[in-house]
Amino acid sequence: MTSLTPGGPRLSSPWTISLEPRLATSRWLSPALTAGALVVALVISGVILALVGADPIRVYIHILGSSLGSVGVISDTLVKSTPLILTGLACALAFRMRLWNIGAEGQLLLGAWAASAVVLVPLVPAGTPGVIVLSIMLVAGFLGGAAWGLIPGVLRARFGVNEIIATLMLNFIAFAWIQYWVFGPWSEGGFQLTPTFPVEAWLPRLSDLAAAVPAFRGLTVHAGFLVALVAAGIVWWIVERSALGYEIRLIGDNPRAARYAGIPIARIILLVFAVSGGLAGIAGMAEVSGVIHRLQDNFSPGYGYTAIIVAYLAKFHPLRVVPVAILFGALVLAGREIQPSGVPAMIQGIILFCLISSEVFLRYRVRIVRRLPAHRARGTEA
Amino acid sequence: MGSDRDPPPGPDRQTVTAQDPTAGIDPPPAVELRGIVKRFPGVVANDGVDFALATGEVHALLGENGAGKSTLMSILDGLYQPDEGEILVDGVRVAFRSPRDAISAGLGMVHQHFTLVASMTVTENVLIGLDAPRFRLRLDRAHEEVARLAEAHGLRVDPKARIWQLSVGERQRVEILKVLYRGARVLIMDEPTAVLAPQEVDELFRTLRSMTASGHSIVFISHKLGEVLAIADRITVMRRGRVTAAALPAAGATRAQLATLMVGRTITESHERAPGARGDVVLSIQDVEAQGDRGTPALRGVSLDVHAGEIVGIAGVAGNGQSELAEVVTGLRACSGRVLVGGDDVANRPVRSAIQRGVAHVPEDRHGVGSAPNLSLVDNLIMKRYRSEPIASGWAIDEAAARKVATELKDAYEVSAPSIDTQARLLSGGNLQRIILAREIESGSRVMIAVQPTRGLDVGAVETVHRLLIQRRAAGAAILLVSEELDELLALADRIAVIYEGRIVGVIDTADADVEHLGLLMTGGDKEPTEPARHVAGGLAG
Repeated sequence: MTSLTPGGPRLSSPWTISLEPRLATSRWLSPALTAGALVVALVISGVILALVGADPIRVYIHILGSSLGSVGVISDTLVKSTPLILTGLACALAFRMRLWNIGAEGQLLLGAWAASAVVLVPLVPAGTPGVIVLSIMLVAGFLGGAAWGLIPGVLRARFGVNEIIATLMLNFIAFAWIQYWVFGPWSEGGFQLTPTFPVEAWLPRLSDLAAAVPAFRGLTVHAGFLVALVAAGIVWWIVERSALGYEIRLIGDNPRAARYAGIPIARIILLVFAVSGGLAGIAGMAEVSGVIHRLQDNFSPGYGYTAIIVAYLAKFHPLRVVPVAILFGALVLAGREIQPSGVPAMIQGIILFCLISSEVFLRYRVRIVRRLPAHRARGTEA
Repeated sequence: MGSDRDPPPGPDRQTVTAQDPTAGIDPPPAVELRGIVKRFPGVVANDGVDFALATGEVHALLGENGAGKSTLMSILDGLYQPDEGEILVDGVRVAFRSPRDAISAGLGMVHQHFTLVASMTVTENVLIGLDAPRFRLRLDRAHEEVARLAEAHGLRVDPKARIWQLSVGERQRVEILKVLYRGARVLIMDEPTAVLAPQEVDELFRTLRSMTASGHSIVFISHKLGEVLAIADRITVMRRGRVTAAALPAAGATRAQLATLMVGRTITESHERAPGARGDVVLSIQDVEAQGDRGTPALRGVSLDVHAGEIVGIAGVAGNGQSELAEVVTGLRACSGRVLVGGDDVANRPVRSAIQRGVAHVPEDRHGVGSAPNLSLVDNLIMKRYRSEPIASGWAIDEAAARKVATELKDAYEVSAPSIDTQARLLSGGNLQRIILAREIESGSRVMIAVQPTRGLDVGAVETVHRLLIQRRAAGAAILLVSEELDELLALADRIAVIYEGRIVGVIDTADADVEHLGLLMTGGDKEPTEPARHVAGGLAG
């Protein structure tokens, strides 16, 4: 129904609120609503923080300070945002087609595993130059994630299996798969982590240039961030400019029309799942090669799940994924300053909730209508 | 035109108040709309519309798709709020915030698309949303009440039947019952005959008559001239958001007069057709058998040739295999047998292979298959050619070229839409069909399959579609036209093939076509008369 009855005494107010379908939306409306939803989410979170006895203003200032307060922490924020950009892109691409790939987490893990295999098996001889090792690891990461994404892709394209269930379940399998390798074959002395990679397999960091530029000393941001930015550009081009992007849009909006237009839907499902999984796989590669320099248990704090929120907040737009991922990177970083879990997750949840709620206003416009002396109602009021 | 008749009857009505019993000769109308204005972005859907419904009459609201009829009635039903103007019920000014307000004032709308719960019974559907049975649902009593109400108005339907078991006509009766049960004295019927078979239309008309006899008033929204003349007491015609004729007595009105008021120009009902320069066989369907969606045989050995420069009509009652035939030819449905397009078999191949061999398809379901509702006109127009020059450039789509093509097509086919960035879902049926035809015709096809291309369109749009099909024929395309309107087939086709239960039971030259014979073939009654006249009359009566 398109009408809301405001709560409270129904007859006292001469005004009433009604929702009407919006036939056209202006360009600024969507970003304005997103910003508004963020503000509302922060206010609600603030109330909850106040209720548990914290000073919300101080909490928010602390979050800001510990994520954006200095060059050092900004660098750390970018490190956290790198996997979020890549997995966020993975989700945004698939979601555009209404392919609900919520398996970015598992694809990230498999990408990390495949990249690690390059070093640990090893697939390249010792002493290979870093550029080559890293390139092979990047490709391996992509392929690992893509392979993991293709499993639900094939199930969906050939047998019509719901991809939400399949991708979610595969996350747990990927998790167990990593555990097997870090506890078993690749374990270093029985601990649940692998030996440290040789330095050729480390993505360069800004701090590596500290000898030349002293200001870079201690900055942890690594080349994976650049890879993520390039990936955002490529995904943007695919989605907005390419024929494939058009096909994805058409399938997403009306699969029957897409079939009628001669688009091979099954093939595109496979392709999108492969690229989506591959992007998440690169995120895994960037984490093991750029941050922890080894494979270990539990290295992802759920990047692949946060990515769903990131993609949603970016309205599935690849370029908007970048700032949103940085915002969430800040939240992940600062969150650990405040509390190991709980508050940051709560804020993320409330943001998503407000955001999805705000979509109502994108589809409907709110009108305040003067209620005229009502006709004597016969049926409903009696 | 006709604007000089705009002022509604009874010029001094403004001063008449509701409770004035001395208004004797001229009691206030059951419902009156005054100066209604409703704007949507880029469109004025209603531009100062006046409308008065007298008690006990059937008042037709006639107009093309997009003329503003449905918007006006949605305002009356409380779905939309007017930007300007007022609504009076029995002479009292009212404001409706929702359909609930409207129904409590005695106004109920029967929508074109039903709002019933398929798994529930008739009675349960009637009761949905009511406050009345508060705690204890005494279904037996409710069944009786519904049955009594149905009886009183000749609405034959079993209160205990579940909705999914009912025919379309019966479902509509349930919708009417819902409204009557809520005490409505004014019924707004939005294109009630669009979904009905001819017999059901007759039955509906009898019901409407019995309701007006018992003091109900009915607004009958339609764009079908014949029906309006058959059922209405008075007729109000709308065009482009304005009233072009207010409360015309139906008795004196003629089809030609109404058509002119509706579309603003004189409609030529028949088309000039050059005798066909019939060429070689372009489309050859050979021994095709296929299954329907439910796995039952839908086509049982169909063979048919279509020549270049020829329109072959497929006549038949809906559900005899026409839709499946179109899908087989376009590659959307698997089959056995062969479908040759210019000698190449396209059966059981990817859809794209039929498209590449020049098979265009105007699908039956414009919204569900023929278009992507939330995408722009540009995206909808390039659907069949985004992979070829000049729109494709490598793996990319040349945005500028696509927009240029879309602009040209929009202008050439006179699509009225705010811009080429407008979403397809916002177009009226006729404009959407223009988009689809523009796309399919301009794809350079030599075979065209058009399925019910004019269904639900208004007179002006029907004419456009017919003209375009004839132009395609003149350009040498082989056209397969599936239609349930015999008049349409007789006007356009060179030959008519009648399909019945998945078989072609006869192919007749239109010149020799005899309507009664076609009707018999369509019902399988050529040899043995089967079930009592299934909707045959469809085209015949029209």
